[in-house]
Amino acid sequence: MKLLATLEHVVKKPVFGCRMCGQCVLHDTGMTCPMTCPKTLRNGPCGGVREDGGCEVQPAMKCVWLKAHDRAESLPLLPRSWREHYGTLRPPVDNGLHGSSSWRNLLSGRDRVTPKGWERE
Amino acid sequence: MSRLGELIGEPDARILTGEAPSIDGGGLAALQARTAELARYADAINATDNPAAHAHASNVAVAIGLVRLGLEPVLQVVCRDKNRLALQADIVGAALHGVENVCCLTGDDVTAGDEPEARRVFDLDGPQLVRVAAGLGRGRYLSGRRIEEPPPLVVGAVENPGAHPLGYRARRAALKVLQGARFLQLQICYRPDRLAAFARVLDETGVSRRAAILPTICLVRHARALRFIDERVPGISVPPEVVRRVEQAADPGEEAYALALETARHALSLPGVRGLHLADFRHDGSIARLCADLGIQPRDERNEASSSHHGRQAQAAQA
Repeated sequence: MKLLATLEHVVKKPVFGCRMCGQCVLHDTGMTCPMTCPKTLRNGPCGGVREDGGCEVQPAMKCVWLKAHDRAESLPLLPRSWREHYGTLRPPVDNGLHGSSSWRNLLSGRDRVTPKGWERE
Repeated sequence: MSRLGELIGEPDARILTGEAPSIDGGGLAALQARTAELARYADAINATDNPAAHAHASNVAVAIGLVRLGLEPVLQVVCRDKNRLALQADIVGAALHGVENVCCLTGDDVTAGDEPEARRVFDLDGPQLVRVAAGLGRGRYLSGRRIEEPPPLVVGAVENPGAHPLGYRARRAALKVLQGARFLQLQICYRPDRLAAFARVLDETGVSRRAAILPTICLVRHARALRFIDERVPGISVPPEVVRRVEQAADPGEEAYALALETARHALSLPGVRGLHLADFRHDGSIARLCADLGIQPRDERNEASSSHHGRQAQAAQA
């Protein structure tokens, strides 16, 4: 299983800057990894986006969530449902999945497990 | 339920909240002295959570202090400094002391403060925290564990109507309202067109009927402060002509006040706006002046007028 995680990292790190959170949401975010946001926000953008679109923390970098917003609208070949996912609420990161393969967690359904109190009764 | 919660439920009631200045020393006497003017007018006062990433007396301690002073606090909670366990413990713990209003923020980054080498946490983000806080009010921790006799929390959030992506900000506000926010204290905005567009979408989509929209009015003394906000507070841009207007005025202090009054009048004229959130950096009686100019009475007088209005309604209902 370690092999799968390594393979995933090799593929996704150079392309998306993947941080191996183990619960990939690239399809929700215009193929922009939210873990590359310095605040690792899953539901960005925060209120600190600069007037020129720069990140609050690293002004020279375009806000990751602004990039995601633009890409979710304009990236070719994205299914429509993926584009619409930009604004949906994503649950808190399960820190226990860090370093594991999100592909495996997707297939097993492990990446969709949320704490019991997250879902409303 | 808190007074703020009651007011949110009364569609005609004006709501005024404000930011308590950060406190370091001097005990409750300092807190009392520094919130005295605001306390005459505000329905609830925000106990800030390490604002701009500077350590101060904690949000929980200040909120409890406000309760002890007979004032109604809003516990501001940011995601920067604590993980989900600590955030939930703070909210539930403060509620034990009667702190029932909670305002959830993502929070400035540590690099905004004077200890930029600190570890940033962001275990939750703003919208997630809103949902978790609302869950606490319904009697469940994020884990699903029950809270017997849950606190009657009034959960709120913030949004920045003036930051990019502009077209998304109202949707983001709506997302927070959907998760349980009943009031939205907006970031300071010196671009009236952006605030107006934001308010219009919230009004048209019915969001402002579900949550009280409270734009922030910032009272400053100098053009220097406006320039500082523009250059040093990420997410707020102050148009150069606004800075110049204050800078080149015969009496810059008076012009800065006039700008705040104008901004407040404009904000209150927008559809769905229920009141204001005040951030006072003048400390010269401008809150009282602003409220007088806007026709907003001191809190006690508003409450009296409201209770006699309800009394008359009750009498009419009985008759």
